[in-house]
Formats: sequence, C-alpha cells, structure tokens
Amino acid sequence: MLRDITLGQYYQTESVIHRLDPRVKLTGTILYIISLFLFNQFTGYLVAALFLCVVIRLSKVPFRYMVRGMKAILFLLLFTMAFNLFLTPGEPLVQFWKLTITREGLRISVFMAIRLTFLIIGSSVMTLTTTPNHLTDGMEKLMGPLKKVRVPVHEVSMMMSIALRFIPILMEETDKIMKAQIARGADFESGNLVKKAKAMVPLLVPLFISAFRRANDLAMAMEARCYQGGAGRTKMKPLQYARRDYLAYGVLIAYLLALMLMKYVGSFI
Amino acid sequence: MGIIQTNKLVFEYIRRDEEGNAEGITRAVDEVDLDVKQGEFVAILGHNGSGKSTLAKHINAILYPTEGTVLVDGQDTREEAHVWEIRQKAGMVFQNPDNQIIGQVVEEDVGFGPENMGVPTKEIWERVEESLKAVGMYAFRKHSPNKLSGGQKQRVSIAGVIAMHPKCIILDEPTAMLDPNGRKEVIRVVRALNHVEEVTILLITHYMEEVIYADRVIVMDQGRAVMQGTPREIFSQVERLKSLRLDVPQVTMLAHSLQKKGVPLPDGILTAEELADALGYRKG
Repeated sequence: MLRDITLGQYYQTESVIHRLDPRVKLTGTILYIISLFLFNQFTGYLVAALFLCVVIRLSKVPFRYMVRGMKAILFLLLFTMAFNLFLTPGEPLVQFWKLTITREGLRISVFMAIRLTFLIIGSSVMTLTTTPNHLTDGMEKLMGPLKKVRVPVHEVSMMMSIALRFIPILMEETDKIMKAQIARGADFESGNLVKKAKAMVPLLVPLFISAFRRANDLAMAMEARCYQGGAGRTKMKPLQYARRDYLAYGVLIAYLLALMLMKYVGSFI
Repeated sequence: MGIIQTNKLVFEYIRRDEEGNAEGITRAVDEVDLDVKQGEFVAILGHNGSGKSTLAKHINAILYPTEGTVLVDGQDTREEAHVWEIRQKAGMVFQNPDNQIIGQVVEEDVGFGPENMGVPTKEIWERVEESLKAVGMYAFRKHSPNKLSGGQKQRVSIAGVIAMHPKCIILDEPTAMLDPNGRKEVIRVVRALNHVEEVTILLITHYMEEVIYADRVIVMDQGRAVMQGTPREIFSQVERLKSLRLDVPQVTMLAHSLQKKGVPLPDGILTAEELADALGYRKG
C-alpha cells in the first residue's frame, strides 16, 4: 500500500521537452508563472493558453496526467473563485439574498481561476518531464552563484538527492515495522484522530532510530569513498546546453514578447 | 613491504552508561600486527565483538589507532594530509548494501567515488563501464538500486569501490545480510577480482565457507589475532576453533568426526571433493 506512492510524478517517454536541460525547464516554468500575473486582458490569456498547449503537445504526456494535479487544488480553486466573486465591490450584476455578484468580481474570479489552472498545469509539465535527479542537478547549477554568499548549494542538493534515494527504502521499512506491530496486536486503523496519532508512536520511534542508523552508515560509506563536499568534485553527467536549449530560451523570449504585444493590443479593446 | 601494515595496533573506547558517565575502557583491538602483501587474499575470522570490524575501519582511516600505527602503502593513516589518498587506495565495502549506495541509478552510484576524486567526466564513464563489467552488473547500469537483489546491490557497491582504482579492497562482512545465493555471487566476484585484476583483498567475515579460498586466514578473538595460517592449517585445529566459538565448515566437521572414530583421513579437509577423494569414493 505504501509502496504505491511515487515521488515526483515523472512520466517516462521520449520527447523534446524531456530532453531539454533542466535549467531551461526551471527558468521557463518560473518565468511562465510570473508572466501569468503580468496581464489583465483576455488576449494575454489566449497567448498563455496557446503556449501551454504547444508545450503539452510537444511533451507527449497524456493530458489526463496534467489534470491529475488539478484535483489537489480543486477546493482552493473554488474557494478563491467564490471569495472573489462575492466580495469584490463594484457595479452589481446579480443580487440575491445578501450576496452580490459584481462585474469586477466576475472578471477577477474568472481570471484567478484561469491563472491558477495554468500555474498548476505549467508546473506539472516540468515535474512530469524531468526526473527528480535532473531537477536537483538543475537547481544546484542555477543556484551556483549563491555559493558566493555562503549558501550551501551543493550540500542542499546532495541532501535532496539522498532523500530521494532513501524515501522508498524508508517506506518499505515503515511497512515492515507496521506489519511487525500489527502482528503483535497494534491497531492503526480504528479510533478517532487522537487515538490514531497516538498509535503512530510505536511506528515512528523505531523508524527514526533506524533512519539515524542508516544516516550514520551512509555518512561513513560516503567518506570511505572520498566524499569531501562540493569542492574539487567533477560530474559524471555534467549539465551542458545543447542547441535545442538555446532554441528553447529563444521560444521563451518570443512568448514573453508576444505577451507584451498582446497587452499593448488588449489595452485598446 | 606489505600494502597494509599494522604495528601493535591498539584501539580503545570508553564505555558509557545511560547518563553518559564513563564506565570503563574497552580494548576493541589489542596489539594486532598485520602485514598484507600486494595481491594477497587475506580473510579475517571472528565471532561478534571480536574486533574485526574495528580493525577494518582503521585501514580506511575511519578510525584512528589509540596506540601503534597503521600504514597503507607506506603512508601513516594518522597524518591528515594522507587521509584522502589512503581512502582511495584502500576501498571499503560495508555490510548493509542499502546504506552505502548513494546514487539513484546504478551507474551514478559507481561514478560517485571518481566524482569525489575529481576524475574528468570522460574517464569516469570509462571507469564505471569497466567496473560494472568486472562485477557482472553492466546490464543493470540504468536500473534503480532499489529494484536489485541483495547480492546485486553488494556487487554494485564493490563496483563503486573498484571505480576508484584502489590497491586493496576491504570487505567488512559483505555477505552478512545476504541469502546463500547472494553470498555466492559476491564471493565469486571477490575471488575473480583477486585472481584476474590482482587486487589485494581483505575479507572480514564469520562465514567459514568463504575463507577457504583465502591465501591466509587470521582468527580474531577479544581484539587479538589468535590464529594465523593457511585455511588448511586453521581448519585442521577443529577443537581450538570451537573453543573460540567459531563453526568449522560442515565438510571439515564431518571429516574431523570420522577421523575421531578411527577413519584414516588427513587433517584440514576443506571441500566435499577433497573428502570424497580421501575416502576413495570419487569416480573419475
């Protein structure tokens, strides 16, 4: 049951988007998210939607995988929409009981919904097409300049990749401890929330102890293999920009330009 | 001079009670003299708590001696300037395969050591390929270590050490957590490395069957090296081994019992074939 959880949500297939350098995808996603909040006209959303559609198409990931991420924020989405719809002051459109829907409210709530949807789908494209490994590598490289202000970039990314490696192992271990405790009469299923939380204690204590033991062993194994931090280290799979990555940056700039143009055009409509 | 040399090596640690007060001093390793030559296959035997793992950790400069010296390829492990060089020369494989694999893909894990040493990218790939081939795991290079069997994981760990081009490999109970098949796989790889690549091997174990291939066996008890010799010499002293709480291989045990009952057999029989030969039952 516990082993079903997959980390990240990487979708294995061959596509241009999959092969892009993780740095391109990271910067692209961040820029795209920022761009969603830069404009207020429908023309801008047309461009953003078009861009997203093209990227999804190129990534060859089935659309339902993208929408899957939406389920998690459905509640948040409806909540935001409702608040914006009813609480924005302005010219009233519909009025019933104590609730008023204003023209401005309708506009803002629709925009908000579109923004959130695009934001989630946009970041899903990144996580679906990039392995967690690649993502960590990309982050380490992008944050590289922060090393100068003493941000432990290498250490953080090493921690992330070790965490990714150990999550399935610890999951399996949790499963094992759980079964061992159930065999000895522990009850994880029944009772209210407090009782359930209390039942977790005999699960968490051995899990933590074993995690610390593993961490200790791993640190020793890493040192035995000459690990001495990021300095002087070479990379087996260094990140290198290829032609397609520069091209992707070009497309990204073109998208931003198109947005600005649309903003300009939109202001006349 | 040998590749690994210890002179009167002593390691003590302070036992503490639950409040952290010192209770006393334990000598985990007690005046051990070791001299392993280049290309030799040495096995260290001992029951739990005999100090064999502690000894192994000294050779990789993970622990430092309380008294005496440890020299690896002529370099003292206590000199800080040599630590990384020593760790590269004396690679170490640990007991739990899960806790020593760092990479999320087999080939990345094997590349971890060379990456740390600052080997250029192109050479890392060459080393990874060659080491994975040496342990017969090349076909699994793109797999996740989580999906491998224990024996396979341990072979990946060995490959990770070979990729650093060490002069000797110390294996600290590499088979303790494996099933019989995994044990055989690992021991086969270790023997092949010793024979073909002429890597010095220091195998620490409490499985008797694994040491019969060694050039030399050292038996440890309570931190001391109490017996030393070829596997045949060691296993001919069945009574002595028993008093050290060590099991002798089944075949040797059987031969010993037969001998006691008056069957004329030579001392120190190690394999079933040998026993069959000695009894005259082997068919040509």
